[in-house]
Amino acid sequence: MKIPGWKELTPGAVILQAGNATEFKTGSWRSFKPKWKEENCIQCLFCWIYCPDMSVKVKDGKRGEFDYDFCKGCGICALECPGKKGNKAIVMEEEDK
Amino acid sequence: MGKIVAVTGNEAVAEALRQINPDVCAAYPITPQTDMMQRFSSFVSDGKVDTELILVESEHSAMSACIGASAGGGRVATATSGPGLALMWEMLYVASGMRLPIVMPVVNRSLSAPLNIHGDHSDAMGARDSGWIQLWSENAQEAYDNTIQAFRIGEHMEIRLPVMVCLDGFIISHSIERMEYLDDNVVKAFVGEYKSLNPLLDIENPKSYGPLILPDLYMEYKRAQHEVMTKVKDVVLNVADDFEKLSKRKYGLFETYRLDDADIAIVILNSAAGTAKDVIDQFRAKGIKAGLLKPRLFRPFPYEEVADAIKNVKALCVMDRADSFGAYGPLFIELCGVALHLQERPLMINKIYGLGGRDFMPEHAELVLNELVEISKTGKVKTFKEYIGVRE
Ligand code: SF4
Ligand code: SF4
Repeated sequence: MKIPGWKELTPGAVILQAGNATEFKTGSWRSFKPKWKEENCIQCLFCWIYCPDMSVKVKDGKRGEFDYDFCKGCGICALECPGKKGNKAIVMEEEDK
Repeated sequence: MGKIVAVTGNEAVAEALRQINPDVCAAYPITPQTDMMQRFSSFVSDGKVDTELILVESEHSAMSACIGASAGGGRVATATSGPGLALMWEMLYVASGMRLPIVMPVVNRSLSAPLNIHGDHSDAMGARDSGWIQLWSENAQEAYDNTIQAFRIGEHMEIRLPVMVCLDGFIISHSIERMEYLDDNVVKAFVGEYKSLNPLLDIENPKSYGPLILPDLYMEYKRAQHEVMTKVKDVVLNVADDFEKLSKRKYGLFETYRLDDADIAIVILNSAAGTAKDVIDQFRAKGIKAGLLKPRLFRPFPYEEVADAIKNVKALCVMDRADSFGAYGPLFIELCGVALHLQERPLMINKIYGLGGRDFMPEHAELVLNELVEISKTGKVKTFKEYIGVRE
C-alpha cells in the first residue's frame, strides 16, 4: 500500500471507507499463537464468542481455523476453551518455536 | 436597519448566538463567561432558539460534547474563560485536528495561582498553538461582529477549523456599551444554512473519526493542518467584505490607528487599545507622530501584512496582557517574527501590563509613548522587557 503525502489526505483524518480495517493486517503483533486441537473440540463456540478480534472463523455453524492475519495472540480463547475431559482444544505456543 | 442598544459584552455575544441559532451548544459556567451562557440558556428555555443545550460537568466534557455534535454534522458553539479553557486543552487539539468548525467566545481571564477571575490574556495565549483560529475584539461591538463572522470563517469549505472569539473579561464582558445589533434575518442570511462535511449521522455513508495515526502518517496530517491555516487570511478578508456591506463596519486582519506616518507605535490587543488610542490623539495634538496597531486575527498571524504596516516606524512597543515567564510576552514574540520580514526593523520593546485585571490607565500609555520618543531620538533601548503598573 502506497503511503500518501500530505496533500492527499482527507480533512481531519476522517476515514471515509467503511470497514477498511481488514486491509491493515495486525497478526504480526503476536508473540504467542493459539493452536486448535480439533480432536479435543466440543464445538461449544466459546472461543468465537470471546475472541475480541473476530479471529476465530465459523462456517456452517462449525468452528473453523484461526485467522492468523488478525489474531493478536491474546490467549483469551485458550483460557475460555473448556475442551474435552480436561484436555484443552486450544493451546498457546510461543511464535517462531 | 439594525438596532442601537446599550448592552454588556456578554449580552452582545449571547444575542449573536441567539440570532445564529446553533444546532448544539454544550457549555459549563465559569466567571466571567457565566452570564453569557446563562442568557443563552434562557433563550433555549424560552424557545427563542432551537439549540440542543447540553449541560455538562466540566469544560473538558463541554468541548468533548461539542466535538461529537460537530462531527455528527451540526453547527456548534460554546464559550469559556481562563481555567475553563485550560481544562479544555486536550480537546482543543482534537477539535482542530478533526477540522471541526466549532465557534467559541473566550472571555479572557487570568490563570491560577494565585486565584484571580479578572481580565488577562493568559488563557487564549496559552491556546495559541492548538490549531484554532483566533479573532480578538476590542469592545462589545467587535465581539458581536466577530462572533457572527467566525461562523462563516470556520465553516468555509476550504477551512473547516474551530474559531475562538476573544473579548476581555469584565472590562468588556460586564461593562455596558452603546452598540448596534443587526436584524435577525440579516444575521441568518449572512451565516446561511449550515453545510456539514463528512457528518457521522449520514448513516448511509459510514465513516470513522479519530483514528490512531502512527509515525508513518502523523506528520503529514500536521503539515496539512498548517496548510489550511495559510488559507485563513483570505477567507477572513472576504467574510469581512461581505460583513461590511450589511453593517457598514470595516474589519481587516488588524486595525491601524494613525499609523501611516507614525514614527512611534504601540501594538496592543483588545480593550486596552481603546485607552491607548485616546493617548495617541493627545500625543498627535502635541505634534508627535504616534500610532497604533491592534491585531484582530492572531492565529494564523499575518506576519507580512503587519510588517508592511509598521515598516516606517522607528520605535515600537508591543504590549502583552499575558506573560511567558523567563521569556518575552507572546505578542512581542510574534512581532519578532514580523521583524524577520523587514530589512530595517523598528527598535522594539516589550511591556507586560494589566495582568489579573490590573487597570490599564492613560498614564501607562503616556509612559510608554514617552519612552518610545526617547528611544527614537537616542536609538538606544534600555530594557527590552518590563512590567508597567506594578509596585516595587
Ligand atoms: S488468541 Fe486472542 S485474538 Fe487470537 S483467536 Fe484467540 S482470542 Fe482471538
Ligand atoms: S472453545 Fe474450545 S471447545 Fe469450544 S469451540 Fe472453541 S476450540 Fe472448540
